[in-house]
Amino acid sequence: MRPFVSVTGLRKSYGAHRVLDGIDLTIAQGTVFSLLGPNGAGKTTTVQILSTLIKANAGEIRVAGHDLAKEPDKVRAAIGVTGQFSAVDSFLTGEENLRLMADLLHLGRAKGRTRARELLERFDLTDAARKPAATYSGGMRRRLDLAMTVVGTPRLIFLDEPTTGLDPRSRRTMWQIVRDLVRQDGVTIFLTTQYLEEADELADRIALLSQGRLVAEGSPGELKRMVPGGHVVVRFADPDGYRRAASHLRVTSRDEESLTVQIPGTGVSTLRELLERLDGQAIDVAELSVHTPDLDDVFLALTEESSR
Amino acid sequence: MRAITDSATMLRRQIRHMWRYPTLILTYSGVPVVLLLLFVYVLGGIMGTGIGGDRAVYAAYITPGIMIMTVASAAQGTAISVAVDMTEGIVARFKTMDIARVSVLTGHVLGALVQNFIAIAAVTLTALLIGFRPAASALDWLGVVGVLAMFTFAITWLSAALGMVTKNVATASNLPMPLMLLPFLGSGVVPPESMPGPLRWFAEHQPFTPVIETLRALLAGQPAGSSFAAAALWSAAIALGGYLWARRLYNR
Repeated sequence: MRPFVSVTGLRKSYGAHRVLDGIDLTIAQGTVFSLLGPNGAGKTTTVQILSTLIKANAGEIRVAGHDLAKEPDKVRAAIGVTGQFSAVDSFLTGEENLRLMADLLHLGRAKGRTRARELLERFDLTDAARKPAATYSGGMRRRLDLAMTVVGTPRLIFLDEPTTGLDPRSRRTMWQIVRDLVRQDGVTIFLTTQYLEEADELADRIALLSQGRLVAEGSPGELKRMVPGGHVVVRFADPDGYRRAASHLRVTSRDEESLTVQIPGTGVSTLRELLERLDGQAIDVAELSVHTPDLDDVFLALTEESSR
Repeated sequence: MRAITDSATMLRRQIRHMWRYPTLILTYSGVPVVLLLLFVYVLGGIMGTGIGGDRAVYAAYITPGIMIMTVASAAQGTAISVAVDMTEGIVARFKTMDIARVSVLTGHVLGALVQNFIAIAAVTLTALLIGFRPAASALDWLGVVGVLAMFTFAITWLSAALGMVTKNVATASNLPMPLMLLPFLGSGVVPPESMPGPLRWFAEHQPFTPVIETLRALLAGQPAGSSFAAAALWSAAIALGGYLWARRLYNR
């Protein structure tokens, strides 16, 4: 598939402070790309540059087939942005906010009204349609914000920390909305987040940003395989089994009190070998569980490495 | 073309704001009306004698001065509303949309024009109610509206720029304050001839004076003469300077 967004050698500094230090990335159409990183890593700066808000110092950027530096208006026509700080007009009602977007996109009166009503319904805001946005809860504001972004049916949506500060239920609602946008509307999503769970839930590909550089990139699964830490935990039924197993198996850690040992590796062959040995020695096992590393392990391992 | 439709959309947004929160417009209309009443009823007797007439003569003298004070005080409102807007995420949204870029600002400026005309209408109506009897013909009135529109447009672009100089709303609201003093340091309240030397020179040469003099002449049904040309030149210069400055600050 041809890339919908391609970035090479993106650099940005504020004075002597280097915020982005040579970023390369490509995003395929209709996928969710997540830029993950701690606070101050340069996530928002990246979004601001790619969404034409600020200019890069160096780098080639193409979005939706257009050179961002040469045709910013063409890029603007293809994108929508929902930032970290809600971009709604608090004085206007939800419906008026959506109609404002429709007017700016020159949809026409009738079409604008239908589109607004449709989106209020879709984003579950119909009941609050005629209330000023200032009275909305955090989750409602964020939904209105995204609805405003969607009015113009953008092909690429930037979501800059879309669920920061939301309660778990609102967060799940936002996730479902994002999934629907990708599945039903074929939208490409550029998501920044500091929640690993969010990237794991939504993203097809994840890039880890740390101190202005991409330190890793891949699918959630690929990233998880990048760090060691996958292991099998075996708990034995009796101390005798525990002692025999501990002397026969290659264990990395053991706990006599709870009668558990850890064995490195999570592959099928490791498991088969382990089970055969336990069976051959006739050792009773009370519980056996496989632990794969989660994104937290990856995140901490890789961002620590690069900050050293 | 797109600049016009987008500016019209942004103007509708400003008018909705005014409509929903009318406190601002009441303040900006109420304060000049109170000033007019104070000048006419508290100071008017002595001031009238000072310019060789009575209270009614002074009412005619002060009315164009109060009209321009209205414009100067509304400038503060414009600076505040622009500054508040810039701190909200919505402007970032507008900047990432394929719309006429300057329309956010033209919306503010046109909205401020509407607000100013409502306030000036309130001042004029009050003046008429308390005995001001202008000798202006229909054409003169048209001239009054034109000069006010021209000058308000200029001051509003300047205050839009002042609203963006700092990121701090409180500072932005203070920056247009000196404008409030200019009608006093001109021919707004008393004739400049009564002022001491250097002040008189300043009063005769600053931009507010020819505007006030033009309004005064038109309301009295007299030809405005050279003060009209000076008023037009000053307005054009301030409008252009304010516009360019505001646009640069917005695109920063």
